[in-house]
Amino acid sequence: MELVVEGVSHRYGEVVALEGIDLEVREGETLALIGPSGCGKSTLLGIMGGILQATGGRVRVRGEAPVGSLNPQTYIFQDFALLPWRTVEGNVALALEHHRLQGDEMERRIADVLQRTGLSEFRHAFPKQLSGGMRQRVGIARALAVRPAILLMDEPLSALDAQTRELLMEDFLALWLRERITAVYVTHNLQEALRLADRVCVLSRRPGRVREMVSIDMLQAERATPAAQAHLARLHDRLWGLIKAEAQVAEREVVA
Amino acid sequence: MSDTRDVPFRGGGFVVVPKRGAAVAAFVLLIALWEVSVRFGWISPIFLPSPGSIVQAFVELVSSGTLWKHIGQSLHRLAFGWSIGTLGGLALGFAIGVWSLSRAVGLPLVSALFPIPKIALLPLLILWLGIGESSKVATIALGVFFPTAIATFSAIDGVPRNLIRMGQSFNLPAADVLRKIVLPGALPGILAGFRITASIGLILLVSAEMIGAEYGIGAFILQAGNLMQTDQLLAGVVMLSVLGLLIGTGLTRLERWLLRWR
Ligand SMILES: Nc1ncnc2c1ncn2[C@@H]1O[C@H](COP(=O)(O)OP(=O)(O)O)[C@@H](O)[C@H]1O
Ligand SMILES: [Mg+2]
Repeated sequence: MELVVEGVSHRYGEVVALEGIDLEVREGETLALIGPSGCGKSTLLGIMGGILQATGGRVRVRGEAPVGSLNPQTYIFQDFALLPWRTVEGNVALALEHHRLQGDEMERRIADVLQRTGLSEFRHAFPKQLSGGMRQRVGIARALAVRPAILLMDEPLSALDAQTRELLMEDFLALWLRERITAVYVTHNLQEALRLADRVCVLSRRPGRVREMVSIDMLQAERATPAAQAHLARLHDRLWGLIKAEAQVAEREVVA
Repeated sequence: MSDTRDVPFRGGGFVVVPKRGAAVAAFVLLIALWEVSVRFGWISPIFLPSPGSIVQAFVELVSSGTLWKHIGQSLHRLAFGWSIGTLGGLALGFAIGVWSLSRAVGLPLVSALFPIPKIALLPLLILWLGIGESSKVATIALGVFFPTAIATFSAIDGVPRNLIRMGQSFNLPAADVLRKIVLPGALPGILAGFRITASIGLILLVSAEMIGAEYGIGAFILQAGNLMQTDQLLAGVVMLSVLGLLIGTGLTRLERWLLRWR
């Protein structure tokens, strides 16, 4: 399934968060959305998945969701958004229960995603008993359980420490390479964007506009090779050049 | 290499360390002092009977069955009044917490009526409902109603918005968002409210029983005071604190069980 963003603008009262955003998320690609904090990345992602109503423009989908998809546009949240009173299993079940699946379909889906995220032995644990990385795995498992057509991720790794981030990034990569789920990945971390994305959309500071769309012409699987490093370093410098000045301004800004 | 010196330690104190037994020792000492003061005639037993005679009065009350009659009545009123007030308060609190319209209407109303000491309404309630049980139960219910409503909608306001958005992002129906996210999320705050309303209920119970009742712990204490039976009076007071303690323990148990995920 593809996502088409047409002239989307958004204002919060006086604050214009987004202005005239046009972009497409293509079938099977991972689009990274980067930009300084406060540039409207979360706002745009909220609009893309229909949990925030844009004040201008519209978002459309093209194509069909895969068979068995219960929730075409599915989020993975920065703060995990797990229910502390439900176990790992219960948190995954939350996304499925109201669909009244046939027979033991729900149990099978839960067992399957827990196995794929390495959580099988923690199925009865409560979120507070898990490390940050494990909690986000629950968030991933919950998202996978509904067989999403498009994954919408809002800085899914930024609440985690550097080592955990590295580990989860490898998991994400494995997932990408195996399933090629269409995904939008919001981050302010260039390394993450360069490791995971097929294209990088750079947003400008408030009001957020599409500043540049950069393609990374290299398979994710090849990016860890020494040969790739020079190319990735050049891309890194280019992207950093685009956002550095604005990140500096954003950092010095007094929050209203 | 120059000389070395120890780094002086300066991180002591300001830490609460458990002192087991200190509380018990202080308690025993206080009671012993009290008993001795009465025995030696330093304190008149009319004003403050000795702990021993209070226990004796208590035992007599229990064995004669008088106590059960009073407690039975009191518990009955408390249970009724508290339950009615709590159910009503939960309903209003939920409405205020969830719907903008009922918040716009209900919030100013609750804010205006909450500060009225509910015991002041007892005479009015007696006029409306008669001197019997209903007016006492209604006083307790009113006293419990407002704090419950406030605790409930505050607890709902405290449920993280992002959890609700998460539910919506998975297309949960509104009823499921309420039942599976809002209600359990608000439960800790609601249960904390129960603790407050239980003590409010107890205070109103005793007050109402002192104003007009034949049976009930409040009535019993008042009668004992009128007859200068200080030992009986204090036995009644002990009974009340035991009751308060039991309710508190019960609520702690309930919290532990319902919030075992914490
Ligand atoms: N609910 C809101 N009310 C008012 N302003 C908001 C709200 N949410 C975000 N903003 C503002 O909109 C801008 C974009 O926010 P956001 O989308 O969260 O940015 P990002 O995710 O890129 O950090 C910021 O300047 C922020 O202060
Ligand atoms: Mg954000």
